[in-house]
Amino acid sequence: MTTGQRTAAWLLGATVLLMVSLLAGAMFGPAGPPPWRVPLAIIDRLPLISIDSGVSDAQWNLIWTIRFPRVVLAALVGGMLSLGGASYQGVFRNPLVDPYLLGAAAGAGLGATIAILHLRDVTDWPVDPTPLLAFVLSLATVAATYTVGAAFGGNRTGATLVLAGVAMVSLTTAAQTYVLQRNSEVVREVYTWILGRLVNASWADIRLVAPYVILTTVILLFHARHLDLFRVGDDEAATLGAPVARIRLIVVMAATLGTAAVVSVSGLIGFVGLIVPHIVRLLAGASYRLVLPLSLLLGASFLILVDILGRIAIAPSELPIGVVTAFIGAPFFIYLLRTKRVAV
Amino acid sequence: MSSLTFADVTVSYGKRQVLSGFNASIASGEWLGLIGPNGAGKSSLLRAAVGLVAHGGVVSVDGSSLSLRSRSQRAALLAYVPQSPILPTDMTCRDYVLLGRAPHVSYFGRESKHDRAMVDDVLTQLDLSSFRDRYLGELSGGEAQRIVIARALATEAPVLLLDEPTSALDIGHQQQALELVSTLQREHGLTVVSAMHDLTLAGLYSDRLALMHEGNVVAMGSATEVLEADRLAEFYGVRVTVHHEPDGTVVVVPRRS
Repeated sequence: MTTGQRTAAWLLGATVLLMVSLLAGAMFGPAGPPPWRVPLAIIDRLPLISIDSGVSDAQWNLIWTIRFPRVVLAALVGGMLSLGGASYQGVFRNPLVDPYLLGAAAGAGLGATIAILHLRDVTDWPVDPTPLLAFVLSLATVAATYTVGAAFGGNRTGATLVLAGVAMVSLTTAAQTYVLQRNSEVVREVYTWILGRLVNASWADIRLVAPYVILTTVILLFHARHLDLFRVGDDEAATLGAPVARIRLIVVMAATLGTAAVVSVSGLIGFVGLIVPHIVRLLAGASYRLVLPLSLLLGASFLILVDILGRIAIAPSELPIGVVTAFIGAPFFIYLLRTKRVAV
Repeated sequence: MSSLTFADVTVSYGKRQVLSGFNASIASGEWLGLIGPNGAGKSSLLRAAVGLVAHGGVVSVDGSSLSLRSRSQRAALLAYVPQSPILPTDMTCRDYVLLGRAPHVSYFGRESKHDRAMVDDVLTQLDLSSFRDRYLGELSGGEAQRIVIARALATEAPVLLLDEPTSALDIGHQQQALELVSTLQREHGLTVVSAMHDLTLAGLYSDRLALMHEGNVVAMGSATEVLEADRLAEFYGVRVTVHHEPDGTVVVVPRRS
């Protein structure tokens, strides 16, 4: 197989898996019709086709307004975090980096905490204040990290940025912990938010985050070639004509925008952004031209499937999705490390 | 086919000046060897030329200053082989050499069929076709050095800058790598500037040598002119014997004191 055919085969396979995952996500859940009737109901809704699916309008309503938004949101969040993680890893040439490195998650956590504490009773805002404040503080934290890192970084912006990130994350997390300690009555609510949730997903959430995810995805996929150049280091990339600092800024800005958007509605779902890109590398090789699109597609499928498990494992209650991602992802990752060539 | 000129090039790290006013004109197709003890400023000169460190003075190719050119224009003129290139172990040789085409691809563009064909050509020329799908992590030191040179050649830059190209190689592979550069110099008319530690090899392959010491050029000329025992003793602080072979080769042999 040529490289082109191999790429096409992987992308096709990952797309099919995503379709299957989306369908599975719509099929399973508490209440509702028997799972096997759901595909029939979907076919029935297609234009020009009418079959008897045995799904009542009320049941369809449940699938459409509760299950579908949840699956689609899981896909957007999983895809975005994985793509963002892969991009961050590329731009910092560091395999242990996730999209939360420069403070996107810590900022969102602080924003959500403040919103839950002070803006809980606000009802006259056009949008829910919690995701809004999480989004704004997430972006602000990364912007502060970048300003500090770039100001003192000189020629070594990559390494300095990572250190600036460590400092900003500590600072922001400390601020959040302090606020929580002073207001212990909201601890449970804040932690529920932090552990990640897709339970109350609605089409409105999707309309909120989809534009950012789409914009981010387009920008990042266009930079796959540049990320391959970054693999030989900043200096060599520069001598090959790459505007290293500008590429890093654009990639970080794009990845942060998408990450901030999804965490503001889903909470801090961990692990996905770190683990999925590595699974992709172990399976399909380390070229970013394949790692980026495959992380997007497989990350989306991964989170949908994990979410299904989370809702049926201890039904009728649910496991927090952030916990399930770690429980599923870690063993699978260890299995891959054992059986495949280790690539970093 | 391009000439390279350094006019009064200076480099400073903080307050410390590591290169003070380097001047040289390297004719099209000429090979200039930079020699001198560690810290003489050889690497700094090369890094300044490719824009990795800020410098004073002017570096120009065919008479036009590089500082007026964009990064990718500069990259299309100067191919640079660093002292210790980063070789991602899980990158294939073909993908690595393809990086050499980057100066010719626009920001949002991708490599064309021509670029890919060019990479296959270079690999064939350097007798590396069988390495196309091998991973860099599987290569020996000598093979890796040839792949790095292949990447430089893929840029189609007329000027090749090499920083200690053979420091990690055994004597056989040193010679092989330098022969390769020499062949490319002849066949492609490449202008070459290389920083080198082995004085005999430097004299053997370079058309001209520049001996540097603490940021200054202290001697420039043919191997016979530059490689004198007294001078080497003065600037390297070593005792050497210099032999002149009948074919003109200058051999520098260290001696015990």
